[in-house]
Amino acid sequence: MAKINNTNDEQRLEVLKTYKIYVGGQFPRTESGRYYVVKSKNGDHLANVCQCSRKDFRDAVLAARNAFGGWSARAAFNRGQILYRIAEMLEGRKSQFVDEMTKQGLSLKQANEEVNLSIERLIYYAGWCDKYHAMASTVNPVASSHFNFSSPEPTGVVSVLAPDDSPLLGLVSMMAPIISGGNTCVILASSKYPLSAVTFGEVLGTSDLSGGVVNILTGFVDELLPYFADHMDVNAITLSDQSESQVTLAKEKSVFNLKRVFQYKNINWITEKGQSPYFILDLQEIKTTWHPIENIGGAKASY
Amino acid sequence: MKPNIKIPDFSHTAVVDQVGIEERASRFTKRSIKNETKMNGLLLALNMIDLTTLEGKDTVGKVKQLCTKAMHLHKAYPGLPTVAAVCVYPSMVGVAKKALGDSGVKVASVSTAFPSGQAPTQVKIDDTKYAVENGADEIDMVISRGKFLQGEYNFVFDEIALIKEICGDARLKVILETGELGTYDRVRKASDIAMYAGADFIKTSTGKISPAATMPVTLVMLEAIRDFYYKTGKKIAMKPAGGISKAKLALHYLVMLNEVLGEDWMNNEWFRFGASSLANDLLMQIMKQKTGIYQSSNYFSID
Repeated sequence: MAKINNTNDEQRLEVLKTYKIYVGGQFPRTESGRYYVVKSKNGDHLANVCQCSRKDFRDAVLAARNAFGGWSARAAFNRGQILYRIAEMLEGRKSQFVDEMTKQGLSLKQANEEVNLSIERLIYYAGWCDKYHAMASTVNPVASSHFNFSSPEPTGVVSVLAPDDSPLLGLVSMMAPIISGGNTCVILASSKYPLSAVTFGEVLGTSDLSGGVVNILTGFVDELLPYFADHMDVNAITLSDQSESQVTLAKEKSVFNLKRVFQYKNINWITEKGQSPYFILDLQEIKTTWHPIENIGGAKASY
Repeated sequence: MKPNIKIPDFSHTAVVDQVGIEERASRFTKRSIKNETKMNGLLLALNMIDLTTLEGKDTVGKVKQLCTKAMHLHKAYPGLPTVAAVCVYPSMVGVAKKALGDSGVKVASVSTAFPSGQAPTQVKIDDTKYAVENGADEIDMVISRGKFLQGEYNFVFDEIALIKEICGDARLKVILETGELGTYDRVRKASDIAMYAGADFIKTSTGKISPAATMPVTLVMLEAIRDFYYKTGKKIAMKPAGGISKAKLALHYLVMLNEVLGEDWMNNEWFRFGASSLANDLLMQIMKQKTGIYQSSNYFSID
């Protein structure tokens, strides 16, 4: 029997990946049918990437909203396990990410650092999942016969504009605190470096994370920012290196449902400044409970 | 019934081209409806709803709440139409009648041992009488599907005629429960029997059986109405019910209605949607059209 002889690397025609978006645990194309071209540093055509429309965003928010109940109701410890699982999956596909990022113009050193730190960061937030409550909760002194305590609860669906300067680590560093706090999110990947974001969607898709908890779109900030900011079913928006006028626009559009607006500007994600439990707490709401008791201050400790 | 209507032999009713019906029905979903046309369609669909609660757990409070919703759909948008009717069990007709007062919203009551219809004729008569005496403007009866499937078309015909007599001024909707009939041919036959026996409306489903209303089944029934109109000059109304919960789908139905029966049928005298969650989706789309902002269900009343 003759051996199939095009299996050598020189003879073989490489199969190219279609870069699609990640919505509700699926990998659809944009409903708009549009795409833009991503080029390498020296101008070679790397990939066609979805140019998402507002309707893709609308669908992603729907998926995120549907996923919110289940994700926020999971035990905090279990959320930590799932974040750890994402890190495991990313570890196994490291070389693919390094390859993609170097093709897009990062140095090998930078690319390695991006992936290694992304894995570390996921582990970091996996650990925080069941600990930030204890750190942020308080028992409050009150003058009436109540046991009064406050604790953080997830805010809901968060829209995210990932930074351009750190194609994977920036995205992971913004996403991880959101989901470790029980929120769900819709992320617009860096339009300059979208490839590793799309591939990261594939990591999420194989890592026990329920569909819809994280949704990743590709496209342009100027087109999508207004919808990221004014959608009534989005509870918070986090921005990164957007311009002042873009941030102002986001703030103005966010007033309709009093969205929380955060901008993580000039954060060097590879430093320690790029990770903190306070990123989790940004997207938490504090619930205070007044529990009636018989007496004040435990004079008779009967509650 | 007008004496000049000649009752045909129901063992020889028209046959339906299954492939043709399904292709035609799917083509109605390809129309692009935008801007003012969309807005008008959404408002019309809202005005065609029979807002329905048919649960074993219905309480007086629940029915009153539904009636309030029927009359005051969304106060943030002044000048909205009301829904067409509220649809309840006979035991709740009095409550609904009182709650709706002179708002113009009609009270529809299911009857004849809804949803199965498996009861002696006398029980069905009493059921209907009770609803009519309590002020029901419309009666939604179910046909005896068992008898129909056994080929006892005369029994089905006579039962419909009998209930029509008891209805008096109340308009009679005849539920075919198409999900239990199995073929389009039988749906067509049941439609013909119902119309010749005196139905004012023919209605697809109880909402308790899956599949409920589908576009092909509704198309078969609309064509039956059209043929009946050409033969007798009498207009019959149509009510698809069950499974229509999205505004977009409702618009597809309106396109189909317009293209099969024409503008004379494009009002709530001649067409209804039996639905509960459709109302809120329509309201959300209407507010989206008005404000340009994607909406959240948090800002709409529960139905």
